[in-house]
Amino acid sequence: MPSATAPPDAGSTACVLDPEGIGALVRELRARGRTVIGPTERDGAIVLAELESADELPYGWGVELEGGYYRIKRRTDAAAFAHSAGPQSWKNFLHPERVRQWTADRAPDGGMTVRAERPEPTSFAFLGVRPCDLRAIQIQDRVMTGGRHRDDAYEERRTGAFLIVVECTEPGATCFCVSMGTGPAAQPGYDLALTEVVDGTGHRFLARAGTEEGADILAGLPRRPADDLTRTRAREDVEAAAGRMGRTMPEVDLRALLAGTLEAERWNDVAARCLTCGNCTMACPTCFCTTTEDVTDLTGDHAERWRRWESCYDLDFTHLPGGSVRSSGRSRYRQWLTHKLGTWWDQFDSSGCVGCGRCIVWCPVAIDITEEAHALHQESLDRQAGPKDETP
Amino acid sequence: MTAVPLPYRVVANRPESTDTRTIELRPAGEALPAFAPGQFAMLYAFGAGEIPVSVAGLRDGTLTHTIRGVGAVSRALCAVRPGTQVGVRGPFGTGWDLPSAAGRDLLVVAGGIGLAPLRPLVQAAASAHNRLNVLIGARTPEDLLYRDELDGWGRPYCGVTVDRAGPGWTGHVGVVTTLLDRAAFTPHETTAFICGPEIMIRATARELLHRGVPAQHIRVSLERNMHCATGHCGHCQLGPLLLCRDGPVVGYDHAEPLLAVREL
Amino acid sequence: MKRTGVLAALPEGPRERLMELGREVSFPAGTRIFEEGQRADRFWIIRTGTVNLDVHVPGRQAAVVETIGADGLVGWSWLCPPHQWHLGAEAARPVDAWEFDAAEVLALCERDPALDHALLTYVVEVIGHRLRSSRTRLLDLYGPYRSGSAE
Repeated sequence: MPSATAPPDAGSTACVLDPEGIGALVRELRARGRTVIGPTERDGAIVLAELESADELPYGWGVELEGGYYRIKRRTDAAAFAHSAGPQSWKNFLHPERVRQWTADRAPDGGMTVRAERPEPTSFAFLGVRPCDLRAIQIQDRVMTGGRHRDDAYEERRTGAFLIVVECTEPGATCFCVSMGTGPAAQPGYDLALTEVVDGTGHRFLARAGTEEGADILAGLPRRPADDLTRTRAREDVEAAAGRMGRTMPEVDLRALLAGTLEAERWNDVAARCLTCGNCTMACPTCFCTTTEDVTDLTGDHAERWRRWESCYDLDFTHLPGGSVRSSGRSRYRQWLTHKLGTWWDQFDSSGCVGCGRCIVWCPVAIDITEEAHALHQESLDRQAGPKDETP
Repeated sequence: MTAVPLPYRVVANRPESTDTRTIELRPAGEALPAFAPGQFAMLYAFGAGEIPVSVAGLRDGTLTHTIRGVGAVSRALCAVRPGTQVGVRGPFGTGWDLPSAAGRDLLVVAGGIGLAPLRPLVQAAASAHNRLNVLIGARTPEDLLYRDELDGWGRPYCGVTVDRAGPGWTGHVGVVTTLLDRAAFTPHETTAFICGPEIMIRATARELLHRGVPAQHIRVSLERNMHCATGHCGHCQLGPLLLCRDGPVVGYDHAEPLLAVREL
Repeated sequence: MKRTGVLAALPEGPRERLMELGREVSFPAGTRIFEEGQRADRFWIIRTGTVNLDVHVPGRQAAVVETIGADGLVGWSWLCPPHQWHLGAEAARPVDAWEFDAAEVLALCERDPALDHALLTYVVEVIGHRLRSSRTRLLDLYGPYRSGSAE
C-alpha cells in the first residue's frame, strides 16, 4: 500500500499535458461515447456536472472551507483543480439519489408480473476525482458489490466508469485525508492520474495511466515526455499538501476508540448541538443508506419500487412496530459516528471515513467529526486515568 | 437478482388467532433457492409494500409464513386470497443452524409470534436424536399459534404457558422461563434457540446463562427495521452487525453486549 | 433426581432440620388450599403436581395469575405482617406436598441463624422472581402493538 505521500508514478508512461491536452482529453472521452462528469463553477459552488468541454472546468477558482462554511474565491493563478471537496460526490452518479428498481403489473386474476429495471447503459468518465474520493468509491464498491448480494445496477454504472484522479495540491481547512490514509497522493484504482502544476514555467499536468484503457487514451492526446522539473514540482506540491491538512484525527485505533466509548458523556454534548438534519450523511461520499418506496398508479394495477437515499438521522430509520429504536438525537449521532469510524470495519473491513471533510463543511452548526473523535479520545484517556481529585 | 421479487401463488390462508394468519405460497414460475429454518423472506403485497417475514414452514417446496397484522403491509398480507399472487425475495439471513447442535440437548423457547420462526426448527429437530424441549409463551390461550400441532412437538417436553388465563384454561400461567424447571436438559450440553420480544429474549437468555448454558450455545433471533435484506440499505444495523446478513439469528455471546446498550 | 427450589437453596444441615418439621400432605385436583384474606399460618413445598394462584373477580371465574410446579414454594405471606393470604390457591392437578407450620418454622429460625438466613434468602429469591415475572407480563410483550403503527 503506497504511503499517503508517495510520489506520483515516475514510470516511463508518465507524460505532461498542457491545458489544451485536458481539452483534448474531454473531447476524446466524449468521442468514445462517455458522459464526462467533472467540477464546474455554478451558483457559487464547485459542483460536479456533465462537461461538454474542458472550458467548463473551474479554472482560477479556489474554495474557502470551515465548519459550516463554504465560499468560492478567485485565485491568482488559473489552476483548474485547486479546490477541495464540494457539496456533491461521485456517489451522486454511481449510487444516485433515487432509482427505480422494478415495476410490477397485476392481472385481473390476481397474478403478478415483475420486471427488473434495466437502466440505460451509461458510460461515465469522472474527471477530477480526488484521491480521498477514489477511496470513497472503492468503499462504496465493497458495500454495494462486495457481499453475498450484489447491486447489479450499481455494478454496471461502476464498471463502466473511467476514473481520472487529480492529486491534491490545495487541501482545504477541513481536510484530513492524511489521517485516514487516503491522500493527497493518488493510490491505485484510477485509469488516469493527473497532478496539476502551475509555476513560472507554465500551467501543465503530469499524467500517467493506471490501466490499458488509460494508456490508450493518453497515447492519443497532444503530450510530451515528462521532464524532471515537472516531476519534481508535482511531487513537492503533493508532499507539501500532506503537510497542510486543516484537520487531523487522533492517532489511535479509531475502531477500538468508538467501540469503547458508546456510553461516553461526549455524546450528550454533541447531541445538544446536532440538529439531526442529516446533511452530513447526504454530503458524505461513502454514506450509502437507502429506503424503499412502493407506489402504484391510479388504477392500482401498476406498481413500482423506488429506492432513495435515506439518512440514519431520520427518526423513522429504525422504526419497529413498537416505535423507533434510536429515538434520541444522541443515539442517532452516535450511530453515524460509530458506524463511520468504527463498526464499518466490522461490516465492510475498512473505515467508512476518507477524510474529505464534507460533513464538517456542510453541517449547519459546524459539528466537526475530528473534534468529536479527539474529545472521545480525551474522555477515554481521562477515564483510564481514574476519577479526578475531588479536592479543590 | 435478489432485489426483484418472484411471484408466488397463495395456496392457503388460515387464521391462527384474531390478528394472526398463516399463509402458504408456491412458486408461480421460477422458484427461489431453498430456505433454512430461521431464515426470512421479503414478502411483497401488491401495491402495499414489502416486509421481512421468517419462514414458518418449509415442507414440500411450499413456503409457509405466519403473519401478524400490525401495519399496512402485514394486514394486506393477512388478507391475501388463495389463487392470487404475492412477491417473494430470499432466502435471507442466518438460520438456526440445527446441525451445529448435533449431540446436544435442544431447548426451544418461544414468545408470542416468535414461535413462527421456530416451527420449522422444531419440525427439523423431530427427526434428530437430541432431547428436544419446546417452551412456549403466549399472551392468552386464544393467541396460541399452531394449537393443533403442539401435541407431537416436544420429546421429552413441550410446555405452554400464558400471561393471562381465561375461563376454561387448565394449563400453566406465568412467564415462559418458569417452564424451564420442567424441561429436561443438561445446561452445559444444551443449545437453546430463542425467539420473541427482545425483553423476553434477554430475560430467557439471562436465566439460561445462570443455569450454565454457554452463551455461544444460546441462539437468539433479533428484529430491526429492514428494507433491502441484501446488506445495502443500512437500516438493520445493530452495532457491528447487519442483521439481514449477520442475523437474524445471532449467538448470545455476540448479542448480549449489543442488547445491553440502549438505542444502539 | 436434580434438586431445585428450596431443597437446592438450603445447605444440608439447615435443610434437614427444616424438613423434620414438614408433613406430607396431598390435595386432589380442585382442592382450595387457601383463600385470599385468610390467616397465612402455613406454607407448602410442592413435590408433584401444580398449584394455581388466583384472584377472585366478581362475575368472573377465579383469574389464575400464576402456576407453581414441582419444587415450588406455595405461600410467603406467613413471613410478614399482616400474615394474610393475598391470593387464593387451588390444586390444578393432584398435589403431593410438604406442609410447614409457620409458627414452628419461625421458632426454629430463632434458634438456628444459619437456617434463618438461608430460608429468608430463598424466599426473597422466589418473591424477586415472581416480581420480575409480573413486571414482564405487565409490559404485555406479546400484546397488540401501539395503534397507528406503520411498517
